[in-house]
Amino acid sequence: MAVVETRSLTKVFKEGELGAVNSVNLETREGEFLVFLGPSGSGKTTLLRMIAGLETPTSGEILIGGRVVNDLSPRDRRIAMVFQSYALYPHLSVYKNIAFPLKAQKVKKDLHKQKVEWAASLLGIGALLDRKPRELSGGERQRVALARAIVREPAVFLLDEPLSNLDAKLRASAREELERFHRRVGTTTIYVTHDQVEAMAMGDRVLVLNKGVVHQLGTPTEVYDNPADTFVATFLGSPPMNLAELSDVIVGFRPEHFRPVSSVNGEAVAFRFKVENIEYLGSEWIVSGTPASGKLGGQKVFSRLNSAQDLSLGGTYDFAVPQCELKFFDRSTEKRVEPKVVSWQ
Amino acid sequence: MWGKVVHVLVITVFTVLLAFPFYWMVITSFKQNVDLYTMENNPFVFNAKPTLDHLKFLFTETRFVRWLANTTFVGIVVVAITLVLAVPAAYSLARLSGRWGERLGIAIFLTYLVPQTLLFIPLSRVVAYLGLQDSLWALILVYPSFTVPFSIWLLMGFFKSIPKELEDAAMVDGLTRFGAFAKMVIPISTSGILTVVIFTFTLVTQEFVYALTFISSESNQMIGTGIPIFLVRGDVYYWGALMAACLIASLPIAFLYNLFLDRFIAGFTVGAVK
Repeated sequence: MAVVETRSLTKVFKEGELGAVNSVNLETREGEFLVFLGPSGSGKTTLLRMIAGLETPTSGEILIGGRVVNDLSPRDRRIAMVFQSYALYPHLSVYKNIAFPLKAQKVKKDLHKQKVEWAASLLGIGALLDRKPRELSGGERQRVALARAIVREPAVFLLDEPLSNLDAKLRASAREELERFHRRVGTTTIYVTHDQVEAMAMGDRVLVLNKGVVHQLGTPTEVYDNPADTFVATFLGSPPMNLAELSDVIVGFRPEHFRPVSSVNGEAVAFRFKVENIEYLGSEWIVSGTPASGKLGGQKVFSRLNSAQDLSLGGTYDFAVPQCELKFFDRSTEKRVEPKVVSWQ
Repeated sequence: MWGKVVHVLVITVFTVLLAFPFYWMVITSFKQNVDLYTMENNPFVFNAKPTLDHLKFLFTETRFVRWLANTTFVGIVVVAITLVLAVPAAYSLARLSGRWGERLGIAIFLTYLVPQTLLFIPLSRVVAYLGLQDSLWALILVYPSFTVPFSIWLLMGFFKSIPKELEDAAMVDGLTRFGAFAKMVIPISTSGILTVVIFTFTLVTQEFVYALTFISSESNQMIGTGIPIFLVRGDVYYWGALMAACLIASLPIAFLYNLFLDRFIAGFTVGAVK
């Protein structure tokens, strides 16, 4: 097991253009499950590929287990990677796919069988060893890719959106399986995804990236409840955090904290709220509309409720947000600032 | 029901059409001249006893075996040269980022389209300058000029269809950059490489213009020129020997094609259907 560290890691693809990854500093913890989360084009995959050694950094350093690995080829970094497409070797059987890293790294031949069987049983694919990758389902392919990654006991696991090729139902079970797998092997894992649900559910910590810049690194609760800036606030959560520009600050509040005034206790900010759309999602309701007056007047605001049965389309109701749930951001830097007294009128 | 009838009918027509030349070659090879040249005879069957005279003539009175050996030798060397040049070229063009790989690939393929009837005059100067007249090495030098561009183009399609992630995975799993190419890309492209081998070899055996231009002596002939030059004398056609020679020359290639038919088709249709 090892810690991965990057120091001012930068990747510029075309000279003069904005870097795909800009001066990223991060340090994983021993055995941690770290998620790189960001929209497409945020540089998360480039960052991962630099750690893997598949992309050469423009500047900065990468350390694995305390050792600078910039000049090491991928095969010398003691990493294993699972790709979005799984990248199973199509001409080899499952057994040979899993044994491939052992063969390539010149592990003694008599150990192969034992190690392959160990990895296969860990992932429950012992019965598939004679098949070719094309004869496997999506879920099975993912397990083979994981088995191939685990077989030589790497110091670090790198996973590049491994669930994005699976259908929604399979994805949930595969996610759970991955979590269980990580708990069992305890290897430091870096996981790239654009799916905030995956990030929140699986990550010990989440690194939120956009346009090659780190916006926040924290536990799922930290990034959700205490976003460092407006990007994190709006990227996480569905619907995203409501933001309102008030004089020199931006004030944000989560839809679940914006509720009918009767269910809000303590000090709160109240609005007259005109309901324009109601979505029923089974376990919850998403209500959107516009506050009737004040500085928020005319701006679309979301509310997440357990029940919206007593609301009707077009009606106007009294809603409120508890004062303690308001997040404040600087209007120019969009970074989080201390709470202030603001005028809502 | 009708579908099946049509199916069988189409297959029958094609089978007869394609098998007929072989049948004609076989039957003519073993017919006595008397049988061949009697107009009243039914030409599709033996009217007199079969004979081995034509084969005997072919193997004893001409340098047929030598021509076969020449063709095989030139074929093997040209295939080797083609693979050595085309495989790395196609791979780098396929992996070249941006539009330039594609453009260069098309430019290289265009050179394949320049007809040999145009090229043999300037090339004969080259051959003369190098002192390779009447030498098989002239053909070995010239043939890659059309086998390489075609093979590059064919292999580019192949290499492009291999996801880059496979190579990345192989490198993470412990191979070097070159190792990933040699142990991952090459084995996956077997169909394409096999297609190049068979196709190049066929082109070499069929080639006529260069072989006719650059080779003059009897013992240096290729099969494609030796047969028409030495088995057609003036207006005398040695039909029996001609057919026997064609049969012997075409059998190994027909056999090869059939052996690798599926892979060959895969080789030509790669990338056609996503």
